[in-house]
Amino acid sequence: MSTQQLERKIPAPPINAENQRFFDAAKQGRLLIGLCHACEKYHFYPRTLCPFCFSDRTEWTEAAGTGILYSFSTSVRGVPVPYTIAYVTLDEGITMMTNIVDADPAKLEIGQRLKVVFREAEDGSNIAMFTNL
Amino acid sequence: MSIKGKAFIVGAFEHPTRKAPDKSVAQLHAECARGALLDAGLNKDDIDGYFCAGDAPGLGPLAMVDYMGLRVRHVDSTDTGGSSYLVHVAHAAQAIALGKCNVALITLAGRPRSEGSSGTQPRNYGASAPDTAFEVPYGISTANGYAMVAKRHMHEFGTTSEQLAWIKVAASHHAQHNPDAMLREVVTVEEVLASPLIADPLHRLDCCVVSDGGGAVIVAQPEIAKSLRRPLVKVLGAGEAPKGQHGGKIDLTTSGAAWSGAAAFAEAGVAPRDIQYASIYDSFTITVLMQLEDLGFCKKGDGGRFVADGNLIAGSGKLPFNTDGGGLCNNHPANRGGMTKIIEAVRQLRGEAHPKVQVPGCTLALAQGTGGQLGSRHGSATIILARE
Repeated sequence: MSTQQLERKIPAPPINAENQRFFDAAKQGRLLIGLCHACEKYHFYPRTLCPFCFSDRTEWTEAAGTGILYSFSTSVRGVPVPYTIAYVTLDEGITMMTNIVDADPAKLEIGQRLKVVFREAEDGSNIAMFTNL
Repeated sequence: MSIKGKAFIVGAFEHPTRKAPDKSVAQLHAECARGALLDAGLNKDDIDGYFCAGDAPGLGPLAMVDYMGLRVRHVDSTDTGGSSYLVHVAHAAQAIALGKCNVALITLAGRPRSEGSSGTQPRNYGASAPDTAFEVPYGISTANGYAMVAKRHMHEFGTTSEQLAWIKVAASHHAQHNPDAMLREVVTVEEVLASPLIADPLHRLDCCVVSDGGGAVIVAQPEIAKSLRRPLVKVLGAGEAPKGQHGGKIDLTTSGAAWSGAAAFAEAGVAPRDIQYASIYDSFTITVLMQLEDLGFCKKGDGGRFVADGNLIAGSGKLPFNTDGGGLCNNHPANRGGMTKIIEAVRQLRGEAHPKVQVPGCTLALAQGTGGQLGSRHGSATIILARE
């Protein structure tokens, strides 16, 4: 598998009143994560009430956009186009689900550095994915 | 207050069908209920509590109580995916202990095989689930989510595909004796590794079957249980534990079994070394390995060595598991394997498992379920049962 493969159609995220700002920022090329000003912890996915201390003093703040590969799997059968799903641990210390793109799955290694890139979903939303740094 | 000894499993039935294009889901539930009643020696009118999960049609208990013509005074439709039915046994025991019902019926049924379901299809729990927008665009499926758990386990502990394959090999040794099993052929480690890769590092034979069918169990209060002419299977302890992503502090190599198991063992007053037979949820080989570690059958990280060389095979291994062939070979009705885990544990404790896989003198058994997605959020449930 190389970067020559057909691109997978990316399903549209269901956007709602709470997560709208995440996808608005993504459209501008920014990856937002949750930050709680009460317990001073980051969280993902971002939400209105902190999942650690339940404070409402949360802010959706921009992540550096770099991290390391926590785990991954390339689906090769039973799917129209092979693709790689992954968890990436961001420099801020939280881990998010994503896809690895523009990289040879056979050469990926847990622990390697990655950076965020954005890909368009079927509805035009930007989806945060990761590639080799 | 404990449920220890407060309730007994008096009826159990596994539907023999594995493909039911000519039956409705409600019909399958009802056929399972009738089978469990016949097994127990009870009548429909004896049931005063009903339990079901998300596989039941419509509004669950409302649809099924009406369809089956039941008159009940207690219902529970707790849904923790495939582990729901183990939770139901615990909740039924609690309800019986409190006098809320005396005879509780639990049913499961579905026809994913007839409906063309596959574990490689992207999984979507609906637009209102708060995680959907952050996961569905990435193509999370049942298979690739569990595959990420396996990959991380291999990275942290050196677990190998060969070790995972031993779990399938053990299940196949048991399934050869089950005439209802979908896959009855004994396979080797080499054959598992030679089967097509589905989601790296999981091969086709690391995955459970997709089957139609269902099952039911009946839980009753002690005096009723003792009035029936069946071997007595007592509920000793139970635990339930949903586990998610912890706000992004993700730890893929620990499952909720670490908590549900500890709670169940504490309530039962027994330890993993006491367990003679274990039904372990087997949606994938990695599911089994993770739960064995988290339940304390071996140390975290030692699961690969624990399952290797036939240690799970009845007759030769130290911990006989899934002697019906499990989800890996026998049956995974409605894509939810919890019910069949309970049923085979009951068979073992009654001495009614196939003679080739029956654990001699089996008096203490464990059934463990994992529902949902081990790679994101899942429900774990453990029950410990004893022959009285």
